[in-house]
Amino acid sequence: MKTKLTALALGVTMAAGPAMADLVFPSLSYRTGPFAAGGIPYADGYADYFTLLNQRDGGIGGELVSVPECETAYNTEKGVECYESTKDAGALMYNPLSTGITYQLIPKATADGIPLHTAGYGRTSAKNGKIFSHVFNYPVNYWDGASVGVNHFKDVAGGSLEGKKITLMYFNGSYGKEPIPTLEALSAAEGFEFNAIPIDYPGQEQKSQWLQVRREKPDYILFWGWGVMNQVAVQEASNIRFPMENFMGIWWSGAEIDVLPAGDGAHGYKSIQFHNVGSDYPVFDDIRKHVVDTGMAAGDGSNIGTVLYNRGVYAAFLASEAAKDAQAATGSSAITSSDMRDAMEAFEMTEAKMTAAGLPDFGPEFSVSCENHGGDGSAAIAQWDATAMEWNLITDFSNSDASIIGPLIEADSSAYAAENNIAERCN
Amino acid sequence: MPEQFIWGIEVFLNGLMAGVLYALVALGFVLIYKASGIFNYAQGVMALFAAMTLVGIMNGQVPFAHLINAIFGTNVHHFGWHVPAFVAILLTACVMVGFAWIVQRFIFRHLVGQEPIILFMATIGLAYFLEGVSDLMWNSEIKKLDVGLPQGINFAIDDYTYGIFGYGFFIDNLDIVATIIAAILVLALTIFSQYSKQGRAMRAVADDHQAALSVGVSLNFVWIMVWSVAGFVALVAGIMWGTKSGVQFSLSLIALKALPVLMLGGFTSIPGAIVGGLIIGVGEKLFEFAVGPMIGGATENWFAYVLALIFLVFRPQGLFGEKIIERV
Repeated sequence: MKTKLTALALGVTMAAGPAMADLVFPSLSYRTGPFAAGGIPYADGYADYFTLLNQRDGGIGGELVSVPECETAYNTEKGVECYESTKDAGALMYNPLSTGITYQLIPKATADGIPLHTAGYGRTSAKNGKIFSHVFNYPVNYWDGASVGVNHFKDVAGGSLEGKKITLMYFNGSYGKEPIPTLEALSAAEGFEFNAIPIDYPGQEQKSQWLQVRREKPDYILFWGWGVMNQVAVQEASNIRFPMENFMGIWWSGAEIDVLPAGDGAHGYKSIQFHNVGSDYPVFDDIRKHVVDTGMAAGDGSNIGTVLYNRGVYAAFLASEAAKDAQAATGSSAITSSDMRDAMEAFEMTEAKMTAAGLPDFGPEFSVSCENHGGDGSAAIAQWDATAMEWNLITDFSNSDASIIGPLIEADSSAYAAENNIAERCN
Repeated sequence: MPEQFIWGIEVFLNGLMAGVLYALVALGFVLIYKASGIFNYAQGVMALFAAMTLVGIMNGQVPFAHLINAIFGTNVHHFGWHVPAFVAILLTACVMVGFAWIVQRFIFRHLVGQEPIILFMATIGLAYFLEGVSDLMWNSEIKKLDVGLPQGINFAIDDYTYGIFGYGFFIDNLDIVATIIAAILVLALTIFSQYSKQGRAMRAVADDHQAALSVGVSLNFVWIMVWSVAGFVALVAGIMWGTKSGVQFSLSLIALKALPVLMLGGFTSIPGAIVGGLIIGVGEKLFEFAVGPMIGGATENWFAYVLALIFLVFRPQGLFGEKIIERV
């Protein structure tokens, strides 16, 4: 009996877990809770792209990809539990999909030798590879976003922000507070007045904040929100008749779900994006053919082409390209997390790679190095068309202001290194 | 007139309006607690479920579509019709009556006479169950809710106050509608409980359910009725909040806004819920306006509870609650 039970348990374990030769990319997703509406399309995109590689190409370099999903509900403790419960399955890298979870995983993943990829979220100063050996936040981080956003307002204002007033409205937590140092530095450099208005979680009631906006009359508003906070903010901005073209959200506040509830009132609202929008890409035709139509999709396929689905696809694309590089560098298809880290540190994204993957002009070209784990910090501006009900990029991808961000990253990462006794590398 | 004072009046008026929205949620808690002594943790989720059901019916969405498609390999999502808002509201109200019957029949009928903490625990279980069912039934997408309620600045007030103060006040049309609806709702509930046979039965059960039983009042019927009314109140709250933010999971969190209102107004008083809502709404908005900027802002969530605690210390039963006297 005991032998039978052991055999059964072993069988169940083998069936549930990935085959040892698989390339394992755990997905720390949130399909439940107050942020599920944003978490589901992202997780679907992430899973569907890897499924496409398995179905169409037989995996990456002949190795099938496994994407074990673990539900975090956007909760930091659960996220850490997910990491602990999946890391021994041979995880090549983690995409924690939460700034809070990222902060907790940085020391753990570094100790375990597993790289973290936090595209467009997480600890901004992790861009400094001399300190953060296992954290990568290419192609862009929050400080880049703030810089690109301010540059856009500067263009709109005719080349100078002197005497203008920019307000940051933000999720009152670590994520929302990230851009404040950059905006303070930019305020000093560009001569605009800066103030910040926090919004407490969940952000369903924002009357006080928008009355304050009405009284202080900022010329431009930058917005760092997530979840229901986004929909309410767009609605309230429309209610007080704030010019929507002067209201701009970070990429986590710029999806279809954020603007649709406000209807025509959201017309003209802008967002900063680090990848392209829409579904007019060959890769989506392939996903429909090989994944959705074969019943292998993570969702029902209706999210294809939406901003957050595209972001999930893009994250999976970046991970798979790094895995290909690791295979090429080691000459072996069965790579380890250490090989993956090394490949991420030498990563280069080119238009040729994007076109080959069916994603032409989908994101910026960039390169990663031992010193620079964050790429060039390129982002573009998108604007919501409420009539056509679609986002459109209205600018090209442009780089952030490295002269402002560089010293801030140096200062923050040096402080982290001093606190944690980390010696600089890449010398 | 000083600028700060004029702005203060605007903040005060908006606080009153926000308070009405909080009171709408608190009303559902009061109704159930008053009639059955149950603190219904699931009230916020009921608002979510009601609003999701309303949008689902209006849009002709197939309930449990994901489950049906997974089991039968079909690909159905919509019936292909759109139901007018008024009809959809009536149908949703019927669903909430059905929900009340199920809750009573399968949960609370078996828990009669149990300790209040057991009943409270049952509502926690109910809340999480209903959350899951709502997702499964109508999916987690954010849905636009448009039942024809006006939104945005009220231009008449804007112009009028501009003429007086040289500064136009912002009052949201949706908040004005919510205030009118809340007033009608409270009036209707008061008339119902004072003058109808069922309302008197409800009050009798609230006073002493054993005595009510002994004179032939059906406890079962009264509790189903109360849960149905609370379900209807949840539907109204869900419509108001859902119109603002879209119908989504976070609607269930509006209960957090009702708790300080209940602490302040008392768990057993309908006027208490209204007055409590107004005090909390005005208090938190004025505090944020006057003190918030000095201490970094975002004070509303915690200040509402501080305000409620202060009242609680001096009047534990709340402003209008019944004083609990236990004789030994």
